[in-house]
Amino acid sequence: MTDPALSLTDAVTAFLARRARWSPLEIAFWLVAASTIWLFPAKHLILTEICIWALFALSLDLILGYAGVISLGHAAFFGLGAYAAGLMGKHGLIAEPLLALVASGIIAAVIGFVTSFLVLRGSDLTRLMVTFGVALILREIANKYSDITGGADGLQGVEIGPVFGRFRFDLFGHTGYVYSLAVLFVLFVVARRIVQSPFGLSLQAIRGNPLRSSAVGIAVNWRLVAIYTLSAGYAGVAGALLAQTQAFASLEMFSIERSADVLLILIIGGTGYLYGGLIGALIYRFLQDYLSELTARYWQFWIGLILVAIVLIGRDRIGRWLAPAQKLAETISQWRPGRARPAAIEKAEP
Amino acid sequence: MTVVLETRGLDKHFGGIVAANDVSLRIERGARHALIGPNGAGKTTVVNLLTGVLKPTAGQILLDGNDITGLEPHARVRLGIARTFQINQLFADLTPIETLGLAVSERVGHGHDWWRIVGSKPEVTREISELIERFRLGDVMHERTAILPYGKQRLLEIALAIACRPRVLLLDEPAAGVPEDERHEILATVEALPQDVTVLLIEHDMDIIFSFADRISVLVNGALFVEGEPDEVARDPRVRAVYLGEAFDA
Repeated sequence: MTDPALSLTDAVTAFLARRARWSPLEIAFWLVAASTIWLFPAKHLILTEICIWALFALSLDLILGYAGVISLGHAAFFGLGAYAAGLMGKHGLIAEPLLALVASGIIAAVIGFVTSFLVLRGSDLTRLMVTFGVALILREIANKYSDITGGADGLQGVEIGPVFGRFRFDLFGHTGYVYSLAVLFVLFVVARRIVQSPFGLSLQAIRGNPLRSSAVGIAVNWRLVAIYTLSAGYAGVAGALLAQTQAFASLEMFSIERSADVLLILIIGGTGYLYGGLIGALIYRFLQDYLSELTARYWQFWIGLILVAIVLIGRDRIGRWLAPAQKLAETISQWRPGRARPAAIEKAEP
Repeated sequence: MTVVLETRGLDKHFGGIVAANDVSLRIERGARHALIGPNGAGKTTVVNLLTGVLKPTAGQILLDGNDITGLEPHARVRLGIARTFQINQLFADLTPIETLGLAVSERVGHGHDWWRIVGSKPEVTREISELIERFRLGDVMHERTAILPYGKQRLLEIALAIACRPRVLLLDEPAAGVPEDERHEILATVEALPQDVTVLLIEHDMDIIFSFADRISVLVNGALFVEGEPDEVARDPRVRAVYLGEAFDA
């Protein structure tokens, strides 16, 4: 550390490396998630649902939290993935569920790519309406071609083969849960990697300031097309998971309610750090469970109240109330065995 | 001397308002060219036309003799035209390290790299730290840009343009809003630019213009009025009448 320029480079490298490092808090999160496989076998059905919502919200976070693209029709891709997987199962096109899942995601991504050009221009309001419209169109197409999709009755007679030809989906949802959790984890790791790449950084830049982004050489529109396509693929996989674990697909999967719910889940959990969708799904689903027991018909009253409170009070302010806890979490997450204080957080002398 | 950047008969109309009127500029390689004019003369419009933020109503823009009039802003950056903004245009949620890392990654062609982690390339981190050192941002490099003092933001604004390694740099009032005693820091970084970088400077401060520029174009009501060496322009009675009058009488 004799050469100041060299130590500055080290500090920059360390800062960027720390940005990407898995913190112990994150590792703990996933260990707890994995442990639920053995700890709560009776809850596997609801946990599967949470995984699917989490993946769906994660896909929305990629465009909303990172690129700043709002959507009120993200269920378009969810429904598309669900019907794709359902039809593949029904007609035995691709018998292995994991392959069918990937294929469904790709189909949703292709439609995402095509429709991405519609959301490039315009304000948030335009984007809300365009995405909403796309979801309506897809829903009505599924409704119209009822000989293929089953129309309003939903897609009946879906049969899903065993995963890897070995693990059969069972009535208690054990296989379904392990399968869904594994898919969620793998896609989360991929998303995490992507948002920490130069590409991911450029998305954050575009969200913050598109004018300046293009002034440093970023092809803004192509980056948005890319992330929208990926996000649609993720949503498609989430839909396909639901179709596979329930052996059913219905028009509801395209609905505005589903698009709104996923937005709600993401807002509850917080945007732009990837865990928001996961935490939001957990809170939302358990809240729904708890509240609907309390007041079966009016549980959404409380959800609405919570939403209004979060948006009006603001996450930052809630964050400040929780500042001491956050600081503790940071201290824990920066702790490394055998080192009193990591070099990464030492500020370089100018 | 060779001409790097040239405009031919550039017009820009906003409805009935003529913001740029038949602007034909020739900027030579390595020049320190100043574009001056009263408020509302259309200086920033010219910069926006040069960088592609605005499309001209008529006319051409040439870089090294090639027509770039139809190119998108990001494509022009890749050809070597970078700019700073009169009002800071930064990324509020990113730190200076991330901001500069973004620009350097884009320039070296890693911008669409979606699998590698930012900063995994040593040449990128080395360049980030060089910029941080040169622009004296070391003490704030871990902070969110939104909370940086204005002077530091202004330095980052310029550093971000330099991170694009421009051949032509357009500086839109780089010292705007910076207190008198901090201005020298900004100007020192501008003066320290390599000689082969061509600079087009928009400025109001006459001291800055006359200490920096080797050529001056005067823009009035969207049209080029006078162009020449600094002392030529300063002597020109028409310029003194419309623009410099007060500054020189004072």
